[in-house]
Amino acid sequence: MKIIDVTRFCFRAFSGYPLRTGLMLLAMSIGVASVILLTALGEGARFYVSQKFISLGSHLLVVLPGRSETVGGPPPMMGETPRDLTLSDALALLRSSSVRRVAPIVVGSAPVSHRALERETTILGSSADLYEIRNLTMAQGRFIPAGEVTRAEALCVLGHKVKKELFGNDSPLGRFVRIGERRFRVIGVLSRKGQSLGVDISDVAVIPVASAQNLFNQDSLFRILVQARSREAIAQAKQAVLDIIRERHDGEDDVTVITQDAVLATFDRILTALTLALGGIAAISLAVAGILIMNVMLIAVSQRTAEVGLLKAIGAPGTQVLLLFLSESAMLSLAGAACGLLVAALGVLSARHILPEFPIVVPFWSPLAAVGVALVSGLIFGVLPARRAARLDPVTALSRR
Amino acid sequence: MIHLENIQRVFQVGDERVYGLRRVNLNIRSGEYVSIMGPSGSGKSTLLNIMGLLDRPDEGVYRLEEVDTTELTDLQQAEVRRHKIGFIFQFFHLIPRLTAAENVELPLVLGGVVPSERKTRVLATLDRLGLADRARHRPDQLSGGQRQRVAIARATIMRPAVILADEPTGNLDRTSGNEVIQTIEDLNRSGMTIIMVTHDPELGRRAARRLRMLDGRVVDDEGTPS
Repeated sequence: MKIIDVTRFCFRAFSGYPLRTGLMLLAMSIGVASVILLTALGEGARFYVSQKFISLGSHLLVVLPGRSETVGGPPPMMGETPRDLTLSDALALLRSSSVRRVAPIVVGSAPVSHRALERETTILGSSADLYEIRNLTMAQGRFIPAGEVTRAEALCVLGHKVKKELFGNDSPLGRFVRIGERRFRVIGVLSRKGQSLGVDISDVAVIPVASAQNLFNQDSLFRILVQARSREAIAQAKQAVLDIIRERHDGEDDVTVITQDAVLATFDRILTALTLALGGIAAISLAVAGILIMNVMLIAVSQRTAEVGLLKAIGAPGTQVLLLFLSESAMLSLAGAACGLLVAALGVLSARHILPEFPIVVPFWSPLAAVGVALVSGLIFGVLPARRAARLDPVTALSRR
Repeated sequence: MIHLENIQRVFQVGDERVYGLRRVNLNIRSGEYVSIMGPSGSGKSTLLNIMGLLDRPDEGVYRLEEVDTTELTDLQQAEVRRHKIGFIFQFFHLIPRLTAAENVELPLVLGGVVPSERKTRVLATLDRLGLADRARHRPDQLSGGQRQRVAIARATIMRPAVILADEPTGNLDRTSGNEVIQTIEDLNRSGMTIIMVTHDPELGRRAARRLRMLDGRVVDDEGTPS
């Protein structure tokens, strides 16, 4: 029997029982589509998170005072500090060739007021390099100018929300605000960037780091942000930071350096696992579809008992009957998989339409895996009915009407 | 052409052993027209099924055209059925979703004959049986007599040596029954061996050689050619 004839015979069986065919196609396509859509969502989440990390600033290292063995976990907020990080520590880091930019950070909270309006705000003391390191953008004016970092200039840059609260729609540029007991001239407003990793940068006021140290009356830094020269230089930069600080701190390793990559890698692992788990859950629905195919094929065999008997009487050996029924379930699962791919494509398109910010990425392996699993489950679950058909005794099969 | 020697077939029904066939010996020559009659349960159909290689005897030797069929594998038996044997059933056993032409074509399809040759052979066979204008009809659009003639076309398209017919008119009215018998007798005249199981004594009498069966034995054999 030729392949084309097997195909034609199966097609006639499909069109002869449209309801049965329709139900099996539906089950298979739901299975395949759910595998693809769920893995696409998982992959999208992974992509989304890594994009968020990139918007934090690229090639970023965070230097924290205090030693901690954590990798990737949340940085210790109140580390036991044998020796504080100082501004000169931060500036010393620039000696390394693998370090491009350094932004010392002092964080505190102080009331910010303009005329009668006052607001308790996070004060971020830093330098001009913060702008590049954190990928900030300005809505108005300019950022803290580059220059002598140790000079306590009375300048400030307001976050979007703070500006709105204190000035409404008026331009704050050149006006003065009072932070704590000091007056600062507003030189710029950050554009709205929203939340980035827990810090709402629309609700801050940025002032030069030396001014912040004066304001809070402390010499120590909260942390130092370091930008490596390139992605490849991150490891080198980390080593350089550790070496420089050890040298300056009398040979003691009393800082922790967190690389963005380490955090990203952890998230990546978690989210890959999530994608696989979603895919696994969806694969169960494929297996269910396979069982449905088995059920329907078993019913088909008992419905078509006389037909099987006849095929044997006119000279089809058991192997040929097996082949015919197995081809039927294989073709059904393939056709179902094709419908599933179509449904998944529509689903992905509409998801992109509904959630434009959320990247929906279909991982290349998921359609392949889905179709593969569909075909395999169709074949595996098709074997039992096909064997039953092949083993039918022609005499009994034909004695029934 | 057909040689049955000591053919025995026993069925196990519950605790009882029921003899389908008891030591049947039979020789049928090429071109004969044989009817097999007898009451229900006398072993007519069992005999026909064994001759058609749908059933295997428990004992004895069955030679079809000098080949000992009891020693053939399933695959070889299927081959023999395809090329040497044509079946006609009481309930036609046409595949309902296929057209008349497709039903007739089926043995050629299973045999792997190329499509172009299949088409001409199907049309020629249908034409010979006066069914050319029914080729595209499905079985449910045909009358009983037409359905049986489609089944006959299917049974003869491989030009088998022997036609085995099990109550071919059992499900037809008298007129279409007669038509069908005419068709079968025409086949016999063209040289095919016909072996027909029937309940109808009138039909049975038409055959040149008439077997009667009772309790698994051939008790009467009239008209044996010398």
